[in-house]
Amino acid sequence: MSTVVRSVGPAPASLRDPSGPARIAWTIAAILILIPAAWLAEFNPATLMGEASLRATGQFLATFFPPALGLDFLELVARAAWKTVAIATVGTTLAVLIAIPFALIANRQLSVSALAEERMCFSCAAVRTGVRWLLIALRTVPEIVWALLFVRAVGLGDAAGVIAIALTYGGMLGKVYMEILESNDARTTRALLVNGASRMQALLYGTLPVCLPELVSYTVYRWECAIRASVIMGFVGAGGLGMQMELSLKMFAGGEVLTMLAVFVALVWFADLVSAALRRWLG
Amino acid sequence: MHVSALPASVTDSASDTLTDPMLSSLDGVRVSYAGSVAALDEVSLLFARGEQVAIIGPSGAGKTTLLHTLGCAIRPTAGRVRVLGRDPWAMPYKALHRLRSELFIAPQSPPLPPRQRVVNAVLAGRVPQWTTWNALKSLLHPLDAGAAHHALAHFRVEDKLFLRCDRLSGGERQRVGLARLLVSKARLLLLDEPVSALDPVLAKGALETLQQEAFARGATLVVGLHAVDLALARFARLIGLRSGRVAFDLPRAKVTDALLAQLYGAELGVAFQEPPSTDDARLKVIRCL
Repeated sequence: MSTVVRSVGPAPASLRDPSGPARIAWTIAAILILIPAAWLAEFNPATLMGEASLRATGQFLATFFPPALGLDFLELVARAAWKTVAIATVGTTLAVLIAIPFALIANRQLSVSALAEERMCFSCAAVRTGVRWLLIALRTVPEIVWALLFVRAVGLGDAAGVIAIALTYGGMLGKVYMEILESNDARTTRALLVNGASRMQALLYGTLPVCLPELVSYTVYRWECAIRASVIMGFVGAGGLGMQMELSLKMFAGGEVLTMLAVFVALVWFADLVSAALRRWLG
Repeated sequence: MHVSALPASVTDSASDTLTDPMLSSLDGVRVSYAGSVAALDEVSLLFARGEQVAIIGPSGAGKTTLLHTLGCAIRPTAGRVRVLGRDPWAMPYKALHRLRSELFIAPQSPPLPPRQRVVNAVLAGRVPQWTTWNALKSLLHPLDAGAAHHALAHFRVEDKLFLRCDRLSGGERQRVGLARLLVSKARLLLLDEPVSALDPVLAKGALETLQQEAFARGATLVVGLHAVDLALARFARLIGLRSGRVAFDLPRAKVTDALLAQLYGAELGVAFQEPPSTDDARLKVIRCL
């Protein structure tokens, strides 16, 4: 490193930050977009706090106590909860299997053809764009729509929930995996690629050591979301805790709903524990 | 540490290099990045098999670009490149990528993933020789921890074998990066400031190890160096690079202080209002650049 002191050159014509005006413009634009959006969404805190809605909410909540703790009911809830976890787990596993190959194909950082030139080859770029579009299509359709579709195709039950989660979450995981992998410091993979490592090898030795904890933690978070989603899909007949909750809601059995909500909180808390343990282990 | 004499074949003039099938060369090469002046311009150089060359020059002279162009990592805007006797940009890209596994580019600051263990960071240099399956297996259980240990021992960091890379100091990281080179099978070694983070004694030792290794495998060694004294002490041929052009390409004996002063000239002018008068003082300035 040089230790000599350089004489200062002529001062630049202007010290004003060249990106300043653009930043101010974007901030104003964001605010201008948000105000009509809130108006369009009919978001008015006053209606939530109105007398009528407070009374209705209060009456509904009053039916929640005491929670239902009958032994038969608890057994039923336990079985439904177990089913929910199973749907979420199998669905997420399938989603991971869908996401991994797509994330690898679409990754620009691992492109050998773009290594020494500023553009990658046309067909490589076309395949990558195609994969991006496919992932968008998969995750655009909400899981509940997939579930309604597959309830008709494979009948009422858990299979519809599993397929719905696999498809939507496959699209989400694929996109996020891709972004996590591409956020890695490109020099680590580039150093391996220029010395002749293959795409997969550069991934294993350059990208994964950095990104694995983030990938795992996001996947576990998605599994947690899948538990929630499988409850919602239960409402349209895709099995699990949601199906039970819908029955109880229909019969205004607030106590049963409260018990199931408690089980539900416990499930999410458990998912959180698993995630934290995995992160520590990979740390 | 003694300076080992280089074998005669290394110091031979380039008279017989033209017929060498393993010749590496640049011929009228220009590299310009989008929207800026050319990083390399009209560069023509020959590197015989087994030759050891130092490239010196002020910061921004194009040393890194030269090494990366020679290593098929940058496609020149104009001119021809031959790498180990082959024209990389006339090859199908699979063959080009196979050629890349025969050369090794060591960047100045080795980009080691922070969570990776040193043993895997070193063995990453051997990965191009492995199948993907073996590369995966080696992550679960190192396939050749012995080779990694041996390579690290050359640079006196073998005790770090199973540590994570983010536990290393800057100098240790640099030596781990060099150990990666030792486990590779490359025959064209392109090193960018390989010893910039090491103290003078370690730097000399590390450079000596690299030169002996290159000699042992008959590999061509091209090293970009800031430390002019080290380049003069350890290399028979020096190339001076300035503003993307070759300022001189001479055997060590013909590299005079005047040439060096010219090479770093503008830097000196900026650094001091009055240039120092004695040769001794000037050389000192050059050394700290």
